[in-house]
Amino acid sequence: MSGRRLWAVMLKELRQLSRDRITIAMILGVPVMQLILFGYAINLNPRGLQAGIADAANTQASRAVVMDMVATGIIAPRLSVATPQELTAALRRGEISVGVVIPPDFEARRFDGREAVQVMVDGSDTVVQAAARQLAQMPLDSEVSRVRSAADASAPISVVSFFNPQRRSPVNIVPGLIGVILTMTMVLFTGVAIVRERERGNMELLIATPVSRTELMVGKVSPYVGIGLLQTTVVLALGTWLFGVPIAGTLIDVFAAAMLLIVANLALGLVISTRAGTQFQAMQIAFFVFLPSILLSGFMFPFAGMPAAAQWLAELLPLTHFLRLIRGIMLRGAALAELWQEAVALLAFAAVMMTLAIRRFRKRLD
Amino acid sequence: MNVIRARGLTKRFGALTAVDQVDLDVPRATVYGFLGPNGSGKSTTIRMLCGLLTPSAGAIEVLGLEIPGQAEALRLRIGYMTQKFSLFDDLSVRENLEFLAAVLGVPRSAAPQRIRELLLQFNLADRERQMAGTLSGGQKQRLALAGAVIHRPELLFLDEPTSAVDPESRRDFWEKLFDLADVGTTLLVSTHYMDEAERCHRLAILDQGRLVADGTPAELTGALAGRSLIVHAAAPRRAQQALSAVPGVLSVAQIGNVLRVLTAGAGTSIGQLHDILRAAGVEARIEAGTPNLEDVFVSATGRRAQPREAAAA
Ligand SMILES: Nc1ncnc2c1ncn2[C@@H]1O[C@H](COP(=O)(O)OP(=O)(O)O)[C@@H](O)[C@H]1O
Ligand SMILES: [Mg+2]
Repeated sequence: MSGRRLWAVMLKELRQLSRDRITIAMILGVPVMQLILFGYAINLNPRGLQAGIADAANTQASRAVVMDMVATGIIAPRLSVATPQELTAALRRGEISVGVVIPPDFEARRFDGREAVQVMVDGSDTVVQAAARQLAQMPLDSEVSRVRSAADASAPISVVSFFNPQRRSPVNIVPGLIGVILTMTMVLFTGVAIVRERERGNMELLIATPVSRTELMVGKVSPYVGIGLLQTTVVLALGTWLFGVPIAGTLIDVFAAAMLLIVANLALGLVISTRAGTQFQAMQIAFFVFLPSILLSGFMFPFAGMPAAAQWLAELLPLTHFLRLIRGIMLRGAALAELWQEAVALLAFAAVMMTLAIRRFRKRLD
Repeated sequence: MNVIRARGLTKRFGALTAVDQVDLDVPRATVYGFLGPNGSGKSTTIRMLCGLLTPSAGAIEVLGLEIPGQAEALRLRIGYMTQKFSLFDDLSVRENLEFLAAVLGVPRSAAPQRIRELLLQFNLADRERQMAGTLSGGQKQRLALAGAVIHRPELLFLDEPTSAVDPESRRDFWEKLFDLADVGTTLLVSTHYMDEAERCHRLAILDQGRLVADGTPAELTGALAGRSLIVHAAAPRRAQQALSAVPGVLSVAQIGNVLRVLTAGAGTSIGQLHDILRAAGVEARIEAGTPNLEDVFVSATGRRAQPREAAAA
């Protein structure tokens, strides 16, 4: 391994990168866009949702409950009906997005401590669901309220959020978002790295020079480590500034964790690049890896609720380990050293992938 | 002293035999030409000689190294200019050369001076900041050659270096190649232009993967002495038809107003052809011609390489 050749490859990558407008736009655009989308979508405080009320009890207490709900500003009563069935129909027609049902035995239920109020929501709209949860959390004196999604069966997304016990909020989402962004961009950047040079015909020149496989691979990915750390910084800065996301642990640990994920993803990208025949294929494979990462890592759905096979698969994904690391560090104030198993898992993944990429790469055209 | 020695060199791609049992000897400090039509296996042979493709069969020795086994050791000692421009479009002329200087082991302290020298030598000094992708065909080709010689290799492989270049640039380019040979560099140049091939010190003619002839251009054309005839006919079309049917005639090509006829051997004389033409009712004057490489190709393969281009060349 020659330091000079390695540096030459790195410098060449950096220079090419600095002229690649689309990649530069992605480097900053993806984190900013994702953060704002995820951050504000979840932060969104819906107000004045059209609501229907079916107060079968019609007692003083029940009317008070409804008035309390209206007073939050979240719902605006639009129609008043006699039976829950009429509410369901109105929900289906889209006339209302929230239905409040108070059963005839409201007083008795309240007395027994059973659920006394039912809030039906249009489960096909996640914003509404979030709002309904807010309603459900409302202290109704001593009443216990229950949220039920009206579109349970027809709209799968309502089931999802229904069984999602995690209260997703920017505080919770930003640390995970660092991982998602790094997974998306890092794999993609290096996934096309080798294929692109093959497509442009540069590879024949490169392999005819004394540049070794390791120099080429390491030289190609190193500049992206810096870019990954830059993206991490952007998300952290915006997260703190826009959403007041706290960083309970140390910044050094946060960046160290990000670095581990970056290297793991870059190495994975290189493996993809040695396999793919065209840039388009590389992107397809990268997407194919990205999807399970998002779905199984615990970013979208809680890890604990997944079937054993899915959990097993998730353990193979770098994002899974990173999420445990970063949530530990940023939210619970853990030190990286306390979560060493996850760090080791990421390191091992990176080492295996890098070895695979170097071994798979041949300085031959056949 | 041969710089390249190959025996029984063969490359198969599936059912296709792209290079078939080629024997090659390239002496030091010569410009050695590889002549053949598209698809004849020139690039494949060059790639095997540089160790970029693994031969299906055969043995190669380049600069005393056994290839492909010792290909890595060869890399610092050869320059390779690929058929397709393979430098980085999104790096400037200077940045491309800086990269190559570093990876090809030009000492760090000598690199700036060497790059300045090459920029001047290859008329790229006013372009050093321009992106390589925006250069013209001739400029790209000069940059590629500059890159291939930056580390002063003993042996240079040039794969159709003058395709996509105007005739004047081609002439300049060949001057540069001979300059390199003068200082002791061995050059292996592939081409499908007859006029370029004629300038080489030695030549190998490839057809469908097989080596059909090799030697100096003079040797190759000299072997055809007396077999090339020029026919001046009033009706060249009809004369061509009449002559093509003669068994001893290998080819009849119309070049301008005259016909170039290549015969299978000295047996077919001027007098015989005269009689045949007269019988066909064509008045003609026939004289001895000078055999050229086109004739060599035809006599070796029994067909014309690329008539139009050869005629133009
Ligand atoms: N990598 C490859 N895979 C399959 N066939 C190939 C490959 N490279 C070259 N060929 C085939 O081998 C033959 C010789 O090609 P090539 O060496 O490029 O010829 P030339 O350089 O003389 O034009 C052609 O028929 C070409 O299609
Ligand atoms: Mg070729």
